[in-house]
Amino acid sequence: MECVIGVVGRDFAVVAADTSAVQSILVHKTDEDKVMVLDSHKLMGASGEPGDRVQFTEFIQKNLHLYQFRNNIPLSTAATANFTRGELATALRKNPYYVNVLLAGYDSDVGASLYYIDYIATFHKIEKGAFGYGSYFCLSLMDKLYRPDMSVEEAVDLVDKCIKEIRLRLVVAPQNFIIKIVDKEGAREYARRAYTDSPPEAATSEAATVAA
Amino acid sequence: MARYDRAITVFSPDGHLFQVEYALEAVRKGNAAVGVRGSDTVVLGVEKKSTPKLQDSRSVRKIASLDTHIALACAGLKADARVLINRARVECQSHRLTVEDAVTVEYITRYIAGLQQKYTQSGGVRPFGLSTLIVGFDPYTDKPALYQTDPSGTFSAWKANATGRNSNSMREFLEKNYKETSGKETIKLAIRALLEVVESGGKNIEIAVMTQKDGLRQLEEAEIDEYVAEIEAEKAAAEAAKKGAPKET
Repeated sequence: MECVIGVVGRDFAVVAADTSAVQSILVHKTDEDKVMVLDSHKLMGASGEPGDRVQFTEFIQKNLHLYQFRNNIPLSTAATANFTRGELATALRKNPYYVNVLLAGYDSDVGASLYYIDYIATFHKIEKGAFGYGSYFCLSLMDKLYRPDMSVEEAVDLVDKCIKEIRLRLVVAPQNFIIKIVDKEGAREYARRAYTDSPPEAATSEAATVAA
Repeated sequence: MARYDRAITVFSPDGHLFQVEYALEAVRKGNAAVGVRGSDTVVLGVEKKSTPKLQDSRSVRKIASLDTHIALACAGLKADARVLINRARVECQSHRLTVEDAVTVEYITRYIAGLQQKYTQSGGVRPFGLSTLIVGFDPYTDKPALYQTDPSGTFSAWKANATGRNSNSMREFLEKNYKETSGKETIKLAIRALLEVVESGGKNIEIAVMTQKDGLRQLEEAEIDEYVAEIEAEKAAAEAAKKGAPKET
C-alpha cells in the first residue's frame, strides 16, 4: 500500500514514493509516478485517492505556473505550501480532496525545505516525514538514522533502508519505488528501485549494505 | 437623441457600431507595435514612450508572455491590456489542466478575439481599446506563427504586420521589404520597420525575440542599440552607393 517518504539534507531534499496503482486488492500498474515536479525547484509527493491526487497536484502545478507568468517570479516553497494548505482547507468543508502531500523545494535564500500537508489541511514544516502504511515502518527508522547534515548519498541510503524495511515488514508492500531530488540545480528524478527476487533483509542488520 | 452612439449593442442606421469604431481609433492613437515571422524566430517590437526622468522605465512592459511558447504585444489602452493578458494566461493554464496540452497560437488568438467580440455585443460594457499581435510556436508543428486581433474581435494570421500609431506606413514598409528571413535578419527587419515611425532609435524601442529553443527573450537596450547602429550603417552605405554611382560615370 501507499508509501511516500521525504527527507531534507544539507542543501537538498529527497522525495520518494511507491509506484503502484492499486484498486482494492488489485494492482493495476507498477510504474505510476506519484512525485510531481511542480516547477523547476519543487517536488510534490502525494498519496490518497488516485483521482483526487492527480487532479489536485495538477491544479496546484498550473496555479504555480500562472503565478509565475503573472509576476515574473516563481512562488517560494513556503508560499506554495501555504497555498496548498489553503486549497485543501477550503475544499475540506465542501467536497474534500482525499490527498496527502509532502512538498519539497529549494529556494536560493532559505535552502531546501519540506512540508507535510494532509487531506484535513494539517500543515507542518518538517525535516523528515512519511505518509501511508509505509510511514508506520519508516518514521522510527528515520528517527534513528536521520541527521540534518546528510549528503545526497546518505539521504538516499536512508530512503533505501526505509524501502527495505517496508518490503520486509509490510504485508502489502508495493513492488517499485521512485526517488526524486531537488537542490539548487533543480528538481529531477534520481533513481528507481525495482523489486528483486532476493529475500529482503532487515534494514539495520550488519549485512545490509545498500547499493546506491 | 441618437442612442446608437451610446449603446454599443445598437447599430447605427448605416450599419456601424460606433463604439467599436471609437475603440479602433484608440488603437490608431496607441503606441506602434510590429511583429515579424521568420523561419526559426518570431519577433515582436513596440514603441516605448519616453518615460519621465524619475519613472522606472522597467515598470512599463508592453510585451507579455502568456505561456512558455506564446507572447503578446498590443497597441491601445494599456489598462485594458492587463485584463486581457490576465484572462489569456488563465486560459493557457486552464487548457493545459483540462487537456494536458499546451494551447496552439491559433487557439489562444481565437480565445482572445472571442473575448473582444463579447465586449461588443453585451450590455453595460465597452469594447477593449486594443489591437494585439500574438506570436508563438505551434506545439504540434513547431512552426512560428503571428496573429493579429482587433477590438471588433476579428483575427487573422500574418507573415509580418504592424498596428497602432502609423501602422499603415510600417505595413507598407514590410510589404515592400519582407523576405523569408531567419535569426538576426528577422530581428533586423522588425527594428527597421519600427524605425520608420519611431524617432531617435534604440532608446524608444522594446524588442522581444522568441525561438523554439530559448522561448521568449527581451533584448537589452544595448543590444537594440547595436542593431540600430548596424541598420544605420547599412542605410548610409546604400545612400552613398546611390549618390556615388552616377557621379563616377
